[in-house]
Amino acid sequence: MKLLTHNMLTSHVKGVINGYPLLIKATEVKVNEVEFNPQFVSRMIPKLEWSALIQAAEGLGHLQDLPGTPIENYENDAEFLRKVHRVLLEVEVIEGSLQCPESGREFPISKGVPNMLLNEDES
Amino acid sequence: MSSSCRRPEHKAPPEVFYNEEEAKKYSQNSRIIEIQTQMSERAVELLNLPEDKPCYLLDVGCGSGLSGDYLSEEGHYWVGLDISTAMLDVAMDREVEGDLVLGDMGQGVPFRSGTFDGCISISALQWLCNADKKSHIPPKRLYTFFSSLYSSLQRGARAVFQIYPEDSKQLELITSQAMKAGFTGGMVVDYPNSTKAKKFFLCLFAGESGVLPKGLGSETSSRNVPNQVQFTGQRSRFKNMKGKSVKKSKDWIMEKKERRRRQGKDVRADTKYTGRHRKPRF
Ligand SMILES: C[S@@+](CC[C@H](N)C(=O)[O-])C[C@H]1O[C@@H](n2cnc3c(N)ncnc32)[C@H](O)[C@@H]1O
Repeated sequence: MKLLTHNMLTSHVKGVINGYPLLIKATEVKVNEVEFNPQFVSRMIPKLEWSALIQAAEGLGHLQDLPGTPIENYENDAEFLRKVHRVLLEVEVIEGSLQCPESGREFPISKGVPNMLLNEDES
Repeated sequence: MSSSCRRPEHKAPPEVFYNEEEAKKYSQNSRIIEIQTQMSERAVELLNLPEDKPCYLLDVGCGSGLSGDYLSEEGHYWVGLDISTAMLDVAMDREVEGDLVLGDMGQGVPFRSGTFDGCISISALQWLCNADKKSHIPPKRLYTFFSSLYSSLQRGARAVFQIYPEDSKQLELITSQAMKAGFTGGMVVDYPNSTKAKKFFLCLFAGESGVLPKGLGSETSSRNVPNQVQFTGQRSRFKNMKGKSVKKSKDWIMEKKERRRRQGKDVRADTKYTGRHRKPRF
């Protein structure tokens, strides 16, 4: 699971009102190189929950000294975009789990894939 | 999926039908690969994405990621959702570029609002029309899926589903639940006159309604074979099909009267009082 995906995932357990952000508990993390596309990263920045991204990256030890808020004119700052690129697309959680902040429900991550299947009484 | 064999949706639930053996075909059978890729191409064409912009897309029922590969080829980024671990395993072995999530679309897509620039789904949606568990109510699962998808899309985004509907009732059920969830759009039918090449694409718009594209091979289509079915007010009459209307509601009464009329029974004309609540009388 990439941190970009994590930034978008929410807990959809029945009755949960604020299932975001999911708390990452990682036991295995990998960094896979991905081709850098500054246009895509720039397009995604306004869509991100920045604080959730910072929290997630910090938790995994891959903060890349990103600031607490996106810098101004980030479109033109290749160095900044490269760091965001790394955090969004290259850092991957392979094993661990995601915990719903409201219900405490844990969604396992195995072989890089979060399991968001709900039990019958949760959907 | 040939029409000569029984429909796969009737054989077993998707997470059982798409086992290792079935999943293997998606990396080995050149015919399956070709068809999946062709249909993905057409679906992306119908998505009408902004030109020369890398987009962030959702692939529902992404399976082995053949459809996703096409998205990557076009320079897009994607997240795939699927209920079958065997299919997702194949996607991983094939080292697809998209990120994968195990989930059941009938439970809703677990993404926050405004996430995606578009959604595609190839040969997956018809699975939701089946009740594989006692607790499964197809109209409800479709509605849960569509309403969560609607919110996960950016306003103005589209969702395109290639589907294998069983019959017109199923199409009706699917489109009515999509509309209820707020989508506009309709069905695009490619090659409507060919039993073999005929393909159904449900094209949905979130927020802004666009112009429904034309189906392919429609130049030769005869008048009575539609290659485009826009949602109309008339269709919403079926909104509560499958006995889903609230009992005694106006819709419920109208549907019942309509049924009786079709059966040739004597039915009182509808008036503005039909289905109205009356004050209790003593
Ligand atoms: C014909 S395959 C699509 C293959 C895919 N487009 C590809 O490129 O490999 C249909 C897929 O829909 C998935 N599916 C069926 N019902 C589903 C559900 N309720 N939720 C998520 N995925 C589902 C199946 O597991 C299967 O992988």
